Amino acid sequence: MTIYLELLWSFFQIGLFSIGGGYAAMPLIQHQVVDLHGWLNMTQFADIVTISQMTPGPIAINSATFVGTRVAGLPGAIVATVGCVLPSCIIVLFLAFLYERYRGLGVVQGILAGLRPAVVALIASAGLSLLALALCGEGSVSVENIQWLSVAIFAVGFVILRKWKLDPILVMVASGVAGLVLYSLV
Amino acid sequence: MNAEKKPYRTLFLSTFQLSAFTFGGGYVIVPLMRKKFVEQLHWIEEQEMLDLTALSQSAPGPIAVNASLLVGYHVAGIPGALITVLGTVLPPLIIISVISVFYAAFRDNPIVSLVMLGMQAGVAAVICDVVVTMAKGVLSQKRIIPAVMMVLAFLAAVFLDINLVIILLVCGCVGAAETIWRDKHQKEEQA
Repeated sequence: MTIYLELLWSFFQIGLFSIGGGYAAMPLIQHQVVDLHGWLNMTQFADIVTISQMTPGPIAINSATFVGTRVAGLPGAIVATVGCVLPSCIIVLFLAFLYERYRGLGVVQGILAGLRPAVVALIASAGLSLLALALCGEGSVSVENIQWLSVAIFAVGFVILRKWKLDPILVMVASGVAGLVLYSLV
Repeated sequence: MNAEKKPYRTLFLSTFQLSAFTFGGGYVIVPLMRKKFVEQLHWIEEQEMLDLTALSQSAPGPIAVNASLLVGYHVAGIPGALITVLGTVLPPLIIISVISVFYAAFRDNPIVSLVMLGMQAGVAAVICDVVVTMAKGVLSQKRIIPAVMMVLAFLAAVFLDINLVIILLVCGCVGAAETIWRDKHQKEEQA
């Protein structure tokens, strides 16, 4: 029983203190899972980070499932995941309530109007790092690191999305297939 | 809230599907949600989607989970939020549970890594597409302050590596100050 409570509490803290997305959560996860409880060693932690990049879903949820499964099977995975999303549920629902209730107020409208361009900028900046990763791999951004096949896939995908407004998921699946085919041919 | 009688099924299936394709970090779910809930279902307005994104960014926890919670709550209240969070959490829970059994083989599989290479390029295309659409939306207001704030926030995030929470705080304050200043100005003109 205590192991479930430990998992719940550990991942509750990870969920509560990871502000600003996946990479912010990584040191917190490492602290709880590797340093504090020894549920994973450093190699296993590096593995789950790698796997998180290869699979969908937030890294915090992925590690919650991974650690939970190793420590206490499927129930462990579920408990850790619940712990991880619980702070979000409480805080975000409170924010949502405030938003729906007060968004008509002048000052709140002003704040929201100020936030919108910032959100676009932040998505653009995240997009830029993803673009650099996709086109140049893990290495530094330079001409010799450019993976031309990825540039081609990106360009075709982008044009298709702009022109025909295709479902993004379809474009992502097609890109995966294109990657497999093109890179195995080279 | 919205006209559809049974949004729960659609909410669950949509978030489940979107979450299963959120590769490359939480921000990827935003364009996917925008496409689904703004363009296809018309449950959320363009501006509201940006508000929800800002809120999901300001709260702790994974962005994908927060954004789903907000969309669910906006469409169908607390039950809606619980359903969308379930839809968002299940795909990674299922996928990682399965993979954790043979994760070394998965990590080192050459086919998986080639598919990933292609998908990374696809994800980048999806994000760039949505950024162009959103930036056009901001610029089309033909107002100086939002346009300048967008450029400055981008430069601050990319080149100065300033924490996003700080960027959001500053932009929110600027927006509030602008509104208060404009209100005061209008009152003085009327008086």
